[in-house]
Amino acid sequence: MVHFTADEKAAITSIWDKVDLEKVGGETLGRLLIVYPWTQRFFDKFGNLSSATAIMGNPRIRAHGKKVLTSLGLAVQNMDNLKETFAHLSELHCDKLHVDPENFKLLGNMLVIVLSSHLGKEFTVEVQAAWQKLVAAVANALSLKYH
Amino acid sequence: MALTQTDRALVLALWKKMSTNVGIYTTEALERTFVAFPSTKTYFAHLDLSPGSSQVKAHGQKVADALTLAAHHLDDLPDSLSALSDLHAHKLRVDPANFQFFSHCLLVTLARHYPGDFSPKMHASLDKFLGLVTSALVSKYR
Repeated sequence: MVHFTADEKAAITSIWDKVDLEKVGGETLGRLLIVYPWTQRFFDKFGNLSSATAIMGNPRIRAHGKKVLTSLGLAVQNMDNLKETFAHLSELHCDKLHVDPENFKLLGNMLVIVLSSHLGKEFTVEVQAAWQKLVAAVANALSLKYH
Repeated sequence: MALTQTDRALVLALWKKMSTNVGIYTTEALERTFVAFPSTKTYFAHLDLSPGSSQVKAHGQKVADALTLAAHHLDDLPDSLSALSDLHAHKLRVDPANFQFFSHCLLVTLARHYPGDFSPKMHASLDKFLGLVTSALVSKYR
């Protein structure tokens, strides 16, 4: 079970309050599909993914990015209880979506990069470290029900 | 995963813009790597890793010089990085996973200092470039 210190929790929540779920979620997912094109394998039915411009402008990708980031909001609110919080989503990603857990790490790191580009100065070394811990813990929680 | 002409142009454009400041960013990337991924510190027990350390800064500059060399020799990375490949394979023996931690932190650093230049395409090209440098560095491991 991962333990977050008070400082880490503060670093995480202070950033989260500034996050526009649709904007950041859309950009994170879009960049994932552009930088690691093989991740597009999960999004065949999402319309036009033929170019970077098409991907970043795709409203369905944007909406899905928002959905994913909203779930991450659950993590921010339940940092002491990630296993239970993500149990159902873990089952879903294994049994229905068939997503390799490696992708959770890719997405988590992508989010860190997007946050950095948006927050600049505020995204200090300590803030990044706290966020790396969170995304790694979420990636792990999401893989727990895999079989 | 080879670099296209577009990838090369983008990487070189950013390198030109960073000019003599590459060392500042690689140093910041190293600091971020040590704090976000503490296991990486095991390779630097001989250095003072406290914030602002001049030894980390010196190491950051070494890394910057190597990356700059690489950026200007995209056609023959294995050859131009040959000496560094030998060093990492036979002397330093840094586990390959660690280069990914550093590459990630370098992207985080560049994203916050050059947000306007950090388009998804630039991001992809940089990621590819760093991946190729890593491959060259570990090419002689076994």
